[in-house]
Formats: sequence, structure tokens, C-alpha cells
Amino acid sequence: MMPAKSDLPQGTLDLLILKVVALGPVHGYAIAQRLQQVSRDVVQVPQGSLYPALHRLENRGLLGADWKETETGRDAKFYRLTRKGRAQLETEAASWQRLTEAVGLILRMSEGGAE
Amino acid sequence: MTWWHRLWRRRQMEEQLEKELRFHLDQHTADLVAHGHDPEEARRQARLALGGPEQVREKCRDARGTRWLEDLLQDFRYAARQLRSNPGFTAVTALTLALGIGASTTIFSAVNPILFEPLPYPHAGRLMMIWDIFKDSRSDVTFHSYRELVERNRSFDAMAVFEAWQPTMTGPAEPERLDGQSVSASYFHVLGVSPTIGRDFEATDGRFHGPKVAILSDALWRRRFGGDSTIVGRQVTLDDDSYTVIGVMPRAFENVPGPSAGIWSPMQYDTGNIREQNTGEWGHHLRMVGRLRPGVSRDQAKRELDTIAHTPVPEFPRVPWASLKHGLIVNSLQDDVTRGVKPALLAILGAVMLVLLIACVNVTNLLLARGAQRRGEFAMRAALGAGRMRMIRQLLTESLLLATLGGALAMVVAEFGVDALVALSPPELPRVAAMRVDATAFAFALGITTLIGLVVGFIPALHASHGDLLTGIEHSSRRTAGGHQLTRRTLVVAEVALALVLLVSAGLLLRSLERLFAVAPGFDASRVLTMQVQTSGHRFDESIGEVENSARRRFFVQALEAVRQVPGVAAAAFTSLLPLSGEQYGEYGTQFEDKRGYNVFRYVVTPDYFKVMGIPLRRGRLLDAHDVAGAPPAVLISESLAKSKFPAQDPIGQRVHVGSIDRPWYIIVGVVGDVKQASLAVSQPDAVYITTNQSWFVDEAKSLVVSARGDAAALAPAIRKAIWSVDKDQPIVRVATMEAMLAASAAERRFALILFEAFALAALVLAATGIYGVLSGSVAERTREIGVRAALGASRGNILALVLRQGMTLTGLGVAIGLAGAAAAGQAIAAMLFGVSRLDPVTYLGVIALLLGVSAIACWVPAWRAARVDPAITLRAE
Repeated sequence: MMPAKSDLPQGTLDLLILKVVALGPVHGYAIAQRLQQVSRDVVQVPQGSLYPALHRLENRGLLGADWKETETGRDAKFYRLTRKGRAQLETEAASWQRLTEAVGLILRMSEGGAE
Repeated sequence: MTWWHRLWRRRQMEEQLEKELRFHLDQHTADLVAHGHDPEEARRQARLALGGPEQVREKCRDARGTRWLEDLLQDFRYAARQLRSNPGFTAVTALTLALGIGASTTIFSAVNPILFEPLPYPHAGRLMMIWDIFKDSRSDVTFHSYRELVERNRSFDAMAVFEAWQPTMTGPAEPERLDGQSVSASYFHVLGVSPTIGRDFEATDGRFHGPKVAILSDALWRRRFGGDSTIVGRQVTLDDDSYTVIGVMPRAFENVPGPSAGIWSPMQYDTGNIREQNTGEWGHHLRMVGRLRPGVSRDQAKRELDTIAHTPVPEFPRVPWASLKHGLIVNSLQDDVTRGVKPALLAILGAVMLVLLIACVNVTNLLLARGAQRRGEFAMRAALGAGRMRMIRQLLTESLLLATLGGALAMVVAEFGVDALVALSPPELPRVAAMRVDATAFAFALGITTLIGLVVGFIPALHASHGDLLTGIEHSSRRTAGGHQLTRRTLVVAEVALALVLLVSAGLLLRSLERLFAVAPGFDASRVLTMQVQTSGHRFDESIGEVENSARRRFFVQALEAVRQVPGVAAAAFTSLLPLSGEQYGEYGTQFEDKRGYNVFRYVVTPDYFKVMGIPLRRGRLLDAHDVAGAPPAVLISESLAKSKFPAQDPIGQRVHVGSIDRPWYIIVGVVGDVKQASLAVSQPDAVYITTNQSWFVDEAKSLVVSARGDAAALAPAIRKAIWSVDKDQPIVRVATMEAMLAASAAERRFALILFEAFALAALVLAATGIYGVLSGSVAERTREIGVRAALGASRGNILALVLRQGMTLTGLGVAIGLAGAAAAGQAIAAMLFGVSRLDPVTYLGVIALLLGVSAIACWVPAWRAARVDPAITLRAE
């Protein structure tokens, strides 16, 4: 019933969360939903890890949080990116880019080499 | 949010976490329902997706980074529960620690301002005392030497001189003799403190015959002038002269060079008479203090002053007795004020640290004993997965909590202790006003409390966490005696050794004081009342040569006559110098016919002095009413002087000059017994006695000695009234019975002794409870073994002996080790001993006997308990 999903490499969850939150204040459930939607269900966020990750990022000062009402009138904890979090997002995103490019290069080369 | 903030808001954070997760579940469920799921099924799926709620919560808590603190709180709660559930144990350990920490904090509070804290002045480390050198020891400086040093030195920012000044304030109220200082105008500038009201002295205030001005201490200003803020410009009468008050010192000002001074006036010496020799300006009676320039060290300053001393210049001619040819002494002011008391204070500090150590050892032992009882609990916790570090941490938390409890009680002990200490403190102790439980003392207490919490907990924690599960659970059957017994025994041996050190030190001090009071003072103090009667004011101005008819002599004669009329007075006399009164100036040069000079004490007395004081006549006759101005000058000499000066001949009829050799010879008419003048411990008995009528001047202050028919102290008011009936403006000070003087002369020793006795007693009690505790524990653990022994035919006597032997072996070992420590401690208190050897066998034997006796009593109870073990019961219990 569930589409094939990939395990998230170590440390990428934080990066993804930061990216989602960067789009505007958002609560935990919406973060999980959005990650799933945007990745076209490829990335299945382990919800059990989401909240500890959010709390850790909050604790490190990368995220801020406020209690606000949702459109349905319920109180929810909305996370937002702090200045420190934005800087962290930029460096991590950049290094992720470099890493994936490098990994891609290596993979293509080895394919070419093997045949 | 800081971590502690988060910690305080823990409950709120928990609620929010709960709410956040609930929101997530509700939202997820709602979404699933919207997609057509059955509500029950939707909720189940949402739960499944989130994972176990408790695990998620736990991970979130971890992520918060306050985990360790939450654990700590948990440890504390658990520890508090443990302590509450054992009130007896908690009370004993907390009180033991409170005693140790309280006593050491008390002593620290007293010692810290004297030895360790800088004096209460800006850059106090730059304040130096400067002394002239006479006969290899320090001596006061002369005014002209001071002037020369001020003009020529480059090492000091400023220098000042001061001397005691005790003016009598007269006016509407009773005449009052004030304690004050006559100071150079630079005095307060050197100390770095200025008056809060009015102004400081200026250079012009110190000029010869300048206007008379004074600065008051805050205390005197409040007491005598009601803290009147318009005091500046007011006139006060001091020694019949009118002084203008120009300022009041700050309330917090502490005058370390003269703690009792309440009034200051600039000294107005003549700077122009440097070429005249016979002037006050060339007398050695000034103390000198200087403030070093920044960056100049004491040694540099000393070298510079020595260079100045060795290179006289023509502008500053010197006299032979102030030639400075031996250089000068430069000491920091702090060292200077503490030099007399430092060894005693360090010894007391050392003693209290021993008490603290014993208290810690005792508490460690109690914790070990409790650890043994809780072995089952530890094994259970280990079985349930508690790590070793976690258990150690738990136990350290417990001991820290205990120490904190003890520390809190200790602050109460210290608060009272310091009050008691100040009340007990001997007059020699400087900076008594600064003794209190202040922030430093609090930090000290906190520091040692924490240290103790960790240290006393560490060994028991290691023991408890040590060893595997099996032995732990097995242990609850008490099959083996356990390795912790060895640790506990070692600690008891240490405790006994430390107690012995303290007991021997206290014993030596006690014996010293006994010896001291066994010293015959040379007079009979019983029923003698003394007081110092002073003369002040211009009515007593006189020029040399008018002695016979001087107003001062008349006053003393009339005063004595008035005192004699007081009912209850058996006899009364005046003396220029009173034994053991602390009066220092009384030594005069004498010269016999062989031209050899001696420094002796010179007593100018009225004839009844010997009768009142009970000083025995050895040969010849006493002074009497016939020794008047016109008669041949008569002198009595002390026994020791007679022996050293006239070993083979009769001293009666020999002649001697007292003071100046220009005056007629005094003829020795008698020899009297030796008297202790400076203190009971100092043997300095050479003395001469002459009558007031045959002295060449009348002392400004004399001590009245009165022998009473009944209670001496009760006569004081009547006698004072009698003297004031002659002249109401003459101050009377230092009213005390001779017995009180005798006791006060040993105040410093007594102070040290009281503290050492208290510490030694505490040590003895702690050591005894330590022995008792260990043996009780041992007997309890060996019940089975004892039962077997009894079953195999050991008699009660055998078992009693077995346990007693065990206890006494520990004591014996402790005593043996303690002996070495005691010998070392004896070295440290050598300066406080009098008349006993550091290794006094009586003290040592007495202390050993005491320790053995007390420990035998402590052993007896557990031994008796062991002897009553019923073999049948113990064996059946297995």
C-alpha cells in the first residue's frame, strides 16, 4: 500500500526540515506532510524522529517556535527559521549540493568505466 | 531560553510536548478520515505512523539537552527520600559535619582578615612600616630621622609618623580620657582614606605652634556628639586646650596601626631645632608608615633607605642615638600587625582543620556502614540495569546533600562561633572588628562543604558500586565480613591518630598555662584593687625643679589621703609602674659606683606600696615616711639585682644613680623580692624603688593600689568618687582587681588553650563514636561467627576479649601513628609553650591513657553485645 521509500541518509533530516521551515512558519504535522508531498512520497519521514529533530534544532537555536492558532482554530506549535538557522541552511545546502554532485560524478564515471 | 530556564519550566515544556504530539495525531487522523478511512482505523494508523508515544517523548527530552540535570534532580529527590527515611543517621552525620564545617568556618572567619585578606585600604600591599634599629631589634624612629627620610627617599609616595595620644576631654560631662593618635599631617593620605565630613589634615596643620585641630572617628562622633552633622568647626577641650574639629572619618574606616584611636591631631614638632640634641624631636617615640610608589618592591625600598642611612648629608645632621648606622627595617604593614599572633593563629587553624578531618572520617565511616546495610538495594538496582557510574553518581548526590545539610547548620554554628570568639579574643589580636561570617567565609564554607560532600561520598560509593551482583545479593546473608571493614578500620585508626595529635597539643597548652600560673608573680594579688589615675590640664604645667611644690604632687598626695578615708580601704599607695599592667615604659638606666650601667624598672612609690602588694623585704628596711625631699635619697633594689651586682658583699649602704648621673647618689637601704613586670613568662626582675618625695619628677599618671578589707572590686565607685572630690577633671582608667590583671596577662595563651581544648574534646568524642560504630558494625556482621565460636565452647569472657582486643588494636595502632604526628604538632605550637617540653612525658602518658580509656568504653558496649549472642538463635537463623 505504501510506495517504495528511501531511507534518509544520516543528517539529511535536519537539512530537509530547515528547508521546509524556511518557506514560512509551519507546525510539525505540516512539515511531515510537505516533505512527503514535495518528494512525491519518495521521502517517508519517520514521524518518530521528526519531533526529536525539531526539538534538537530548536534547542540549538536554529529554529524558533510560537504557539499560534491554525485555520481550523486549534493551538499548534509553529516553527520558524532563526537567523542562525538560515545561515546553517545555506551552508548545509551548499555542502549537500557539492556532495551529491561529487557522488554523481563518481557514479557516472564508474558506470562508464565498467562497460 | 537558557538551560536552567528550560529546567525550571520543565512541567510547562512537558505539557507543550504532549499538546504538540496530540495535535499531530489529531491532524493526521482527521486527514485520514477525510480520505475516507474509518475514524477508529484512522487513529490507529496515525498512532502507528508516529511510533511509541513514550519513546518519542523520551527522545524529545533528550534533544532538549537538560537530561543530565533532570537526572540530577531525580537523584536529589531520591537522596532526599533516603535521608528522610533514616532520620537518626541523617541527624548524626549532618550534626558531625555541621560541627566540623562550623568550627573551621568560625576559625577561618577570624583568621582570614588577620592573615590572608588585604588590609582595608586601597593598594594595601604598598603600605610599609619603617623602623629604626637599636641593639639588633626594631625601634621607634625620631622625628628628625623621619624628616630626613621623607626629603631624601624616592621609593615612597608618602610617609607618615604617628604616636599614641591620650588627651582628656573635659566639659559638662565626666572627664574622659580618649584614645587617640598624634599623627603627621600626611597620615590619612598614606593610608589612602579621607574624612567623610570636613577635611583631611594639611601640611600647614603640622607646623610648629600651629592652630590646634582634630579629626574624630565615626564612633566617637556618634557617641559624644550624637552624630551632629554640624560638628565641623566646633571647639572641644582636650587637656585644657581648645581644639577645632575639622573632620570625621568614615564609619568603615579601620585604623589598623592604632585600633582603639578615636581622635587624631596633627603633631606639631619643631623642624628648625635639628642641631639641638636634647629635644623631643630627637626622641625615639614615633612609628613610621609609608606608601610605596607603584612598582617599587619592599626590597628596593629597603635598599634605598639603607643607602640613605649610610650616607649622611650636611643638611640633615644626626645625633649618636639616631645615627641610622644599622640601616632601617621595612616590613609590610600587614606582617607588622600580625607578627605576634601569626604562629598561634596558624596553629589554631591547623587544629580546626584536624577536627574537620576527623569529622569527615567519621561521616565516611557512617556512610560505609550504611552502604553495607544497603548492599541488597544496590544489588537490586544493578540487576535492574543501573550503570556503575550512575550508582556512584547517586551515592555522591546523597553525600553532597548530607554535606549541604551539614553546611547549612554549620553557618548557624559559625555565626555564634564568631561572636564567641570575638568575646574571648585576647587584646593582642588585631582586626577583631573585621571578624564576621562574610562572603569570603561563606565561600570557604561552601567550598569545603562541596569538597567534603564529594570526598566522604567517594569511598563508600566506590565500595557500594564495586563487586558484582552475585556477591551483593549473597551478602544479604552476611556470610563474610566484607572488605569494607578494612577501609573502616583504617579510617578509625586515622581518626584515633588525629585525635591524639589534638589531645597532645591541648595537653601541652594546658600544662603551659598551669606552669605559667604556678609562677610566683612576686606579689600577693588577693584583695587588691588597682586603677590608673591621670593628671591632665594646664593646672599641672611646671618647670623642672619645682617638683617639691608642684600641683601634680599635691594632687596625688591629696587623692591618696582621700582614698585612705574610704571605708573598707585597709591601705593604699601610688606607684609609677604597675606589674602586669602592660605598661612598657618604665625601664631606666642605673649606674653603680663601678660605672657599670644596668637597665632596670624604676618604681616610684609611696611607702605603703609594699604592704598593699605584699612584696617581701629580704634585707635592710623598706621605704618609709622619713624618706622625704630633704633626707638622704634612699633606694630599694630587687633581689635579683642584688645577687647579680653584689654577689659577695652586702648591698646595703652601696650607692647608685637612677636616671641622670648629675643628681645625687641614692643609697641602697634594703632589698625586696623580685616581681614579674612585663608578663609571667618573662623573667626581667631587675628593679629599683624610690619614694615619690625623692624622685626628680612626678609621673603624669600613677597607678593606685588599694588593699581592701572585703571585696576589692566593690570599692571602685567609692574610691573614684574620693579622687574626684579632690579634682573632678582627672580621668581614672583601667579599674581592675590585681587578680583580673594576673588572669588577663595570660589572655592570649588562654585563648589558644580554650580553642584547643574544645577541638580536642570534639576530636575525642568523634574518635570514640568512630570506634564504637566500627565495632558495632563488625559485631553485627560477625554474629554468625561469634555464634559458632560460642557453640564450640568459647566462653563469654573469650568473646568479650575477642571484640575488645579488636577495638583496642585499632586504638593502639592509631596511638602509635598519632605519636609521630603529635611530635610534629608540638613543633608547630612550640612558641606557645611555657615551662614544658614539646615532648612532655606527663602530657603524652596522660593523653594516651585518656584515649585508651575512652576507647575501651566505646569498645565495651559492642563487646558486651557480642558476648550475649545466643549461639542457638544465630545458627538457626542461617
